[in-house]
Amino acid sequence: MNFLRQSLAIAGKDLRSELRSKETVNASLSFALVILLLFSFAFDPGSEQVHEIAGGLLWLVFAFAGTLILNRSFARELVNDCLDALISSPASGAQLFFGKCLANYVLLVVVESACLPVFVIFYNSHWPRQWLLLFLVMLLGTWGITVIGTLFSAMTVNLRLRELMLPTLIYPMLIPALMGAIRLSTLILAGEPIGADDQIWFRLLVAFDIIFTILTLALVEIVLVG
Amino acid sequence: MRLKIILTLSVVCGLILAWNLHTMFMKVPDEANQGAIFRIFYFHFPAAITSFAGFYLGMFAGVGYLITKNLKLDSIAASINEVSLAFATIALVTGSIWGRVIWGIWWTWDARITSYFVCWLLYVGYLMMRRAIDDPTTRARLCAVLSIFAAIDIVIVWKSIEWWRTQHPGPVLEIRGGGGMAAGMEAPLWWNFLAMLLLFTVLILIRMRQESMRREIDSLRRYAHAF
Amino acid sequence: MTAVAIQGVWKFYGDYPALKDISLSVNPGSCLALIGRNGAGKTTLLRILAGLSKTAKGSITILGQDARDENTRRRIGVLGHGIGVYEELSAFENLRLFAKLYGIADPQKIASEWLERTGLERVRDGLVREFSRGMRQRLAVARTFLHNPSVLLLDEPFTALDDRAIAVLQDLLKTALAEGRTIIMSTHQLREALELATGVALINRGKLAFTGPRTREMLEDPAWLYRNYGEA
Repeated sequence: MNFLRQSLAIAGKDLRSELRSKETVNASLSFALVILLLFSFAFDPGSEQVHEIAGGLLWLVFAFAGTLILNRSFARELVNDCLDALISSPASGAQLFFGKCLANYVLLVVVESACLPVFVIFYNSHWPRQWLLLFLVMLLGTWGITVIGTLFSAMTVNLRLRELMLPTLIYPMLIPALMGAIRLSTLILAGEPIGADDQIWFRLLVAFDIIFTILTLALVEIVLVG
Repeated sequence: MRLKIILTLSVVCGLILAWNLHTMFMKVPDEANQGAIFRIFYFHFPAAITSFAGFYLGMFAGVGYLITKNLKLDSIAASINEVSLAFATIALVTGSIWGRVIWGIWWTWDARITSYFVCWLLYVGYLMMRRAIDDPTTRARLCAVLSIFAAIDIVIVWKSIEWWRTQHPGPVLEIRGGGGMAAGMEAPLWWNFLAMLLLFTVLILIRMRQESMRREIDSLRRYAHAF
Repeated sequence: MTAVAIQGVWKFYGDYPALKDISLSVNPGSCLALIGRNGAGKTTLLRILAGLSKTAKGSITILGQDARDENTRRRIGVLGHGIGVYEELSAFENLRLFAKLYGIADPQKIASEWLERTGLERVRDGLVREFSRGMRQRLAVARTFLHNPSVLLLDEPFTALDDRAIAVLQDLLKTALAEGRTIIMSTHQLREALELATGVALINRGKLAFTGPRTREMLEDPAWLYRNYGEA
């Protein structure tokens, strides 16, 4: 309980300052729209083909737009050396990290939820019947992006070329989660049932989330302090 | 002392390589189905296995650094990962050439190739990260963490891409009982494996020398700036 | 019991030793001025004490516990080079956040109290990014003190402060000393620091060159220390 209280204080702080400036969310949303627009030139948006790649498109948008949010996450702490103030407070590295994760998660899910209807409209998909299931896939996939992205945001925050380093490092690492999410989203968007064969992707997503949540929480103190 | 070891190993490695090349091109006949190109496998397979084992060795060296905080282990980790990346590149390129001849395409997105490519990208990221950090202690720490992530991720990537698609020719060595590789063709493979391992070791030793010199130069520079 | 005990501490950046075998002990209720040139290792030492960085060798004990221990961090106040407050939050929100992080029972009350003590109650809900420099610094001082720390670690606290902030800080530090708190500060401003200090430690290229109580001649001629111990 104590663990959560300090994490929530940090998450609350991040969300509050984001709510005030809305810089990151706005940038991320506009970027997502730009990508959605660009996709329409990459293939025929009216064709049947769209249904086969719908999940892939959706998650590319999520991953690209998400990086903008993740990049800002720890960069925000650099102003006035706030990160030092947080680390020297009694909150542990794991609490601090978890708080930042929660805030990023909320922001990512908000941006994604805004993108989804736009996607459906732009590409003439039907609002999926199993939209709750789609939301579940979104939540699971996004958590994977969030934990890895937030940890690498902390690792790259003091580096030269931080904005370039983060996506290069995290996209290859996220491939298993993205694959699972893409496969499931494609099925759901096409209105097809998820067969026994594809159940495995749910398990993959859950396993990925659990493994990397544990790993990041275990290693974050080393990243932040040494 | 270190230099003598490196020299001896390189000479031995060179001799074995020369002998292997002689055997491969003069003694071993063309393979029945694949023709002359099958010889590339003598390099492709050892490079792939060595690089893969190297990435895990590199991770253990990284973990060792995190436990002991001895920068020598970081030099080892860095050298191993760099040389492994070079070997992985060899494996990708030789595989690609082989694919062009046999399948008629330079690249195909089959499971094993894709996984291997992901793995390669992860370690390109590792090298980028090393370049981007100036303080050797921070660099050692963050790169060790990165290699732990990469090594664990590879396993998941491998498994999941396997579920995604499969098209690569079955593992040649596992079916050798069924005649995957004739006996006369197999011996040079192991000899070349040995040569590649020696090359791997020599390169790592050289790279480690460079790393320790680099650290020395770096600290001298800091001394100079401190005045 | 000593408040802060530093024993044989080494810190390396690669092969370069930034701190070489530093041993120091600071008694409760005393104020140690860490002096030395730029790059001598003052900030490195303070960062280690604050739990922001780790030693390669040696041990650090603060109030009988390890520096990175949660209970230790609860009892130290750190003011570094940066002011450590958020631009997008109001003065009150900043203090409330840190009060929560320090596990204070009534964060709202403590935050308001410290706004008053630092003369910021008028701009309580103003965003920090609209503040003048002096106001930010006073807010930073409030953040450092609000959890009632027993040990204060201050890195160049008087640099870049305006008159009012210096007055606020000096006042707080004097009170803190009178209440038996321990202060370690690094500084270039010898005059301001030596006035408060009870002890002095001079670090020269990572080595402890001099340590001892502050004497009258130091106060009269602050350069005296550098002349005698400054060069290796």
